[in-house]
Amino acid sequence: MSILVDKNTKVICQGITGNAGKFHAMGCRDYGTQLVGGVTPGKGGQDVEGMPVFDTVEEAVQQTGADATMIFVPPPFTADAILEAVDAGIRIIAAITEGVPVIDMVRVYEKVKASGSILIGPNCPGLITPGECKIGIMPGYIHTPGKIGVMSRSGTLTYEAVWQTSSLKLGQSTCVGLGGDPIVGTNYIDLFKLYQEDDQTEAILMIGEIGGSAEEEAAAYVKEHVTKPVAAFIAGRTAPPGKRMGHAGAIISGGKGTAEEKVAALEDAGIVVAPSPAEMGEAVLKAIKQA
Amino acid sequence: MKIHEYQGKELFRAAGVPVLEGHMVTTPEEAAAAYEKLGGKIAVVKAQIHAGGRGKGNIIDNPDQKGVVLCKSAEEAKAAAAGLLGKKLVTIQTGPEGQTVGKVFVEAGCDIARELYLGIVVDRVSCKPVLMVSTEGGVEIEKVAEETPELIHKEGFDPAIGLEPFQVRKICKKLGIEGAAAKSAFKFMTAMCRFFIDYDCSLAEINPLVITGSGEMIALDAKITFDENAMFRHKDLESLRDLSEEEESEIRAGKAGLSYVKLDGNIACLVNGAGLAMSTMDIIKYHGGEPANFLDVGGGANAAQVTEAFRILLSDKNCKGVLVNIFGGIARCTTIASALIEASKEVGFTVPLVVRLEGTEVEEGRKMLEESDVDVITAVDLTDAAKKIVAATA
Repeated sequence: MSILVDKNTKVICQGITGNAGKFHAMGCRDYGTQLVGGVTPGKGGQDVEGMPVFDTVEEAVQQTGADATMIFVPPPFTADAILEAVDAGIRIIAAITEGVPVIDMVRVYEKVKASGSILIGPNCPGLITPGECKIGIMPGYIHTPGKIGVMSRSGTLTYEAVWQTSSLKLGQSTCVGLGGDPIVGTNYIDLFKLYQEDDQTEAILMIGEIGGSAEEEAAAYVKEHVTKPVAAFIAGRTAPPGKRMGHAGAIISGGKGTAEEKVAALEDAGIVVAPSPAEMGEAVLKAIKQA
Repeated sequence: MKIHEYQGKELFRAAGVPVLEGHMVTTPEEAAAAYEKLGGKIAVVKAQIHAGGRGKGNIIDNPDQKGVVLCKSAEEAKAAAAGLLGKKLVTIQTGPEGQTVGKVFVEAGCDIARELYLGIVVDRVSCKPVLMVSTEGGVEIEKVAEETPELIHKEGFDPAIGLEPFQVRKICKKLGIEGAAAKSAFKFMTAMCRFFIDYDCSLAEINPLVITGSGEMIALDAKITFDENAMFRHKDLESLRDLSEEEESEIRAGKAGLSYVKLDGNIACLVNGAGLAMSTMDIIKYHGGEPANFLDVGGGANAAQVTEAFRILLSDKNCKGVLVNIFGGIARCTTIASALIEASKEVGFTVPLVVRLEGTEVEEGRKMLEESDVDVITAVDLTDAAKKIVAATA
């Protein structure tokens, strides 16, 4: 097994007629993902590289049986695109778009939580079950099917972690980019629940960064509920306070959200924390050996 | 995006959030004239910088010159403005180098019965905007949060609806606000929460928020930060941006679509992705070096952007070496390699350059660098890269 997506997942792309949408939708199809179509309002009936384009998500779901979507629409329209996917009953919604206003996400978050849909992102690379289904912008070839669940608030840092676990022949069950914004649809705890119950996942690697308290909350959850080996890395030990480090959510404010606090909370929960980003894979090995 | 107190108060006034009359000035003479214009016995001269803690902060090398001065005559207002304008003010939020005061705000005084604190943020745990009010006005809220968190009352609200009347009643009860002041508080807090949503704020802080002798609630401060991601629907706010408050190299990077933060070290880094960029800083430090910056060139970086990035990095006079760390995903290693070669022709590297490439089209990228005449120290992985740049700059 794996979590969230597998070879049976049918995927559409909202924003498929845009440059980024088209490029990455085709990248996913080439990887082997069951891409079944796309949505762009006003462009229904067109065709993108053999993929049917629909005006609405509802229509796309009716005609293709899609149960997942990746969203590449510009930031002013992202909240609306997510809500449309929720309304159409899409199960997995991956919002790749960066730059969504946080107030929009407040509105969206409530509605997603009240629905049966799972939102990944926004401002994220997407998710992948290696060898089966890639939904997003990550380079597919660095992944190998395997036993580590990887989740992260960062994109390229996830690639680094995936690369290290692939090099150590551990492979990955499912990798999920949670997104770098202050409010995202899915957090570490949601995924810890899924990884804990997944047969294929033998150990979990969480990659965090400065800002907010999601890592601390996750640590408390792991202490109580997770029996599988867990390793972690926190980016931003050298980040100065009060400065936004690229991601809208990566900021130390009012003395809160520092790497030190997060590392301390993780270690307190028995999680192996990699001291350097070059040692994420090693940290997973160590966590497995300790268990 | 941050704005000044005087700008925030103009927006408050238009939104029905009560403020006092005041005038922004840039010379001591204008400060004296503003005092006369206000026509009262007392006025307050306040330094306008994008940092809090001004009342307790002082001008560098002049501990007696505070950032906020109570004045009882036009002469005093003039002297206060002269003591602040063009000088560097150091507060708990500016860092030891301070921030230059270019403007002062001359504001009418008022009869203060109580000082409170009011703040609104988007809470990342509950995923809602949250209004926070505390009896501990006038002091640092961070300290209150640390030492006596029970004194901060919080109410989350729905952005579509705003604050509900019962929530104001709860806060008033807890804070002991009654009678005329409770009525004023209802109007004030409702308008303030509306303001936060309407303007897409990421932070709104009023410290102190005062209740006057006659029971009126007034904002004596206005610390506003807007959500940069929402600026597309607030084009009018763009004119409030004060570039003199921002680091020059950061403005330049912003124009080129780069995410850059200047730091104090001497090893510059150029990375794709925010998390990897932070981690690259961390690993430099881990191996004994000091990072000079955070720089994320993003996923779709082109040659022009990468060249501009190198120009910015090399213009930092502390820079003793550059570490390029690219994990190609969307960004191809070949794009970065050719940009690097272009940039070296144009900018000319005078400091050691360590390059670590991995990911999409890595072999081709490495080959391009080898065959070029750019003097590159290549690294095989993150640790190797960090050790090499630290050694080369030691």
